[in-house]
Parts: sequence; C-alpha cells; structure tokens
Amino acid sequence: MSAVLTLLRRELKLAARAGGGGGMAVAFFLIAVSIVPLGLGPDLNLLGRIAPGFLWVALLLSALLTLDRLFQADQEDGSLDLLMLAPLSLEVTVFIKALAHWLTTGLPLILAAPFLGLMLNLPENSILPLIIAMLVGSPALSLLGAVGAALTVAIRRGGLLISLLVLPLYVPTLIFGVSAVSNVLISSPGSNGQASLLLLGAVSLVALVVGPLGGAAALRANLR
Amino acid sequence: MQAARDGADVLTTFEAERPYPLLTLKGEGLACERGGRLVFDGLSFEARSGDILLVTGPNGSGKSTLLRLLAGLLEKSDGQIVLEGSEPESEIADHLLYAGHLDAVKDGLSVAENLAFWGALYGGVASGAASGAALEAALAAFALDHLADLPADVLSAGQKRRLGLARLALIERPIWLLDEPSVSLDAENVGRLARLIEAHSVRGGIVLAATHADLGLGDVRRLDLGALASGAAA
Repeated sequence: MSAVLTLLRRELKLAARAGGGGGMAVAFFLIAVSIVPLGLGPDLNLLGRIAPGFLWVALLLSALLTLDRLFQADQEDGSLDLLMLAPLSLEVTVFIKALAHWLTTGLPLILAAPFLGLMLNLPENSILPLIIAMLVGSPALSLLGAVGAALTVAIRRGGLLISLLVLPLYVPTLIFGVSAVSNVLISSPGSNGQASLLLLGAVSLVALVVGPLGGAAALRANLR
Repeated sequence: MQAARDGADVLTTFEAERPYPLLTLKGEGLACERGGRLVFDGLSFEARSGDILLVTGPNGSGKSTLLRLLAGLLEKSDGQIVLEGSEPESEIADHLLYAGHLDAVKDGLSVAENLAFWGALYGGVASGAASGAALEAALAAFALDHLADLPADVLSAGQKRRLGLARLALIERPIWLLDEPSVSLDAENVGRLARLIEAHSVRGGIVLAATHADLGLGDVRRLDLGALASGAAA
C-alpha cells in the first residue's frame, strides 16, 4: 500500500514540477474553447446548443496532449525498467500512472469546464449535469489512453500515433457524455439523461479493467 | 571526502553483521535472440553467495543482454535460469537489483527524493527515522550527502551515475546486476563502487557486473562472452 502511495506522490510531484501537466492542458482547453465563438460568430443560441459537445471534444483533445509522455519519460531515463522490476505489479503501476494523469489533467479540466461553459452560453441548468457526466466519464480517457501510451512507448514521436489509436476508443465516452448533458437541454419526452449517465459509467468501468491490463501487456510486449 | 570514506567503512562493518540468505544463481544453456540474430547460445554459469562475476567480452557479445535476461526484462529463447536456496514461492525478481546503463534519475526531483522514491518503492527500508539514516548512509556511500537537496537536473553525468548506484547501498537485495557501472565515474568513485561490491560479497551477496574497465576488485571470476562466441564458431 505504501508503495502505491509512494508512486502516486512521485507522479504528482513530477507533474507539478515539470510543467506541461495540468496547467498546460487547462490552458489548451481554455484557448480551444475561446476560439469557437470567433469561428462561429456570436450566435448565442447556436453556441448554447453545441456547448456540451464542444466541451467534451476539447476535454478529449486536452487529455490526449499529455498522454505521450505517460510512459515515455520513464522509458527514456531507464526508470521504466526499474518500475517493471519493482515489487508492485505492473498492472497496478499502470493504474497509478493513469490515476495521476487523471488527477493532473482530467480533474483540473472538469473544474474549469463550468466557467468555459458560461463562455459558450451553456444554460445554467445543464452545468451540474455536465460536471457529473465529466466526472463519471473522464477516467476512461486516462485509462484507455494509458494503453495507447504503453503501445507507443518505444516510438520517439508517438504523439500522433497515440491519437490514431486512442481517439476511436474515446467515441463511446463522447457519445454518452454529450447525450447525458444534451438530454437536459432538449428535455424531449423519451430521452433519458440518466440512462446515458449509467452507460457512461459502464464505459469507465470497462476502461478500469481494460486500461491497466492492456497497458501492462503492451509495456511487457514492448520491452521484450 | 574523509568523512565519506568513513561512512562507507561504517556501512561495511555494519552490514557484514547481517548476512544474506545463501543463494545460488545458475544459468543453464541460455540462448537469446534479438532482431533475428542469435546473441549468445549455450551459455552456462553459476554464481553462489559471495561470488563476484565480471561479465566481459567485446561490444555486441551480449553482456547487457545477459543481464537484462537475468532481470526478466528480456525473454530467453532457450535454457533455464535457476535460483536455488530461496523460499520456493519467491521469484528471482524479488531478490535482485538491476542497475542498467541508464541511471533512472528524474530531473524534476531532488537528489534525496530520487533515492528515497526507489527505496520506498522497493521496500526493505525501515520507515521514519531509520529510513532517514539509511538514506543518508546510502548517499554517503557515493559522497552525495552534500548534494542531497540539489535538483537532479544540475548533476553531472558522473554524479547522476553515482546517484543511480547509491540505490545499491539503500535497497536490500542479495543479487546485483550491474551494467557498465563504472562509466563516467572518476577513479575515486570507482574505488567507492569496488568497496561497496566487496562489502556486498562479504555479506553473502551475488554480483554480476558487465564491464570493460578494471574495477579494482582484485582476483575475481570472469565470464567471457567473447570467448564463448568464438568457441561456438570454431
């Protein structure tokens, strides 16, 4: 247990000190969202309608930005060899690194999302559903992203390849994440935001299993 | 400097009192293939508690490959690695410490934080005040104690190497696999490394070191991979 906390503390410390972690992703999120009105024009109704979808897309892209260094930084300086030989099982190590990625990227973005939602004229009554949907859905982004990062660990410029591998896996999260928020907006009879939220949770739970197992298998295959 | 030397001596006498369990590490007919090329074939060796084995041979003869194979970082294509004398349930990985040609030093952490992280992750280091003392002793073993609070990114290549090697003094593992441990070390620190290796051997540890340089270890056994390759070709 103490080894788990040690690893988590080290990951958070490195993310905080090396920069390029949470702060950079939030800045990217902010800029991506703030150029949308410039491109679409100041039509408040239109902006309000696309706001949930665009916030989710910006969240996916910001999470992707920091994924390529998840294992590569450790591989380049030899730390990955020692992490693999440590008494901690590799699956747990992958999970901790994905958790640290979520804490330093996903969580700050979720906290920033309501303010950026206001910039996009997101109706007040959908701000809370948006935060809940992002809290439930975004762990899947880090967990599935860890598999992509592990697969491309030995490739020097793997950032683009990670996007190609991982973005298709993000589609279920995007679909259910947007519909969990949009259903509140449209509130048409028959649409059910709660069902979308449950499915979003299911995607995250699947990622909780697939991420660590797949990531560890990819790391082992890569180093051998 | 004198203080550091004393520190290493204290470590030596202190640790000789706590011997490791008796172990025998055996390789039987090991073969490894990398990228379709057979690096070595039919490699056998035996190292008992207290043995220091220098793995020598020209570039590309498979020194690093052998060490990574023993560590479990590479898949062997043939042969067997046997560890005798350990508890039957335990794996080889639980007994060894690998120091590769990269130092596994994080620039974002201080010297002491780097070492403390690996110590805590690998365990076997007591908590609280005892761990602080162990950390200081390990830093002193390579005269890094006065650099403890410096960020690691200002260290020179030799200092980073010493920080990587200081793990050996901190983490209690009987089998050491060292890949070119003396690279970028000055003469004085090669001496510190040699004393650490000798102290480990006195405690009943096993050291396998791949090296081109003379570590100043006196008369120790050698495993010449170059001779193996030419013998196999003949």
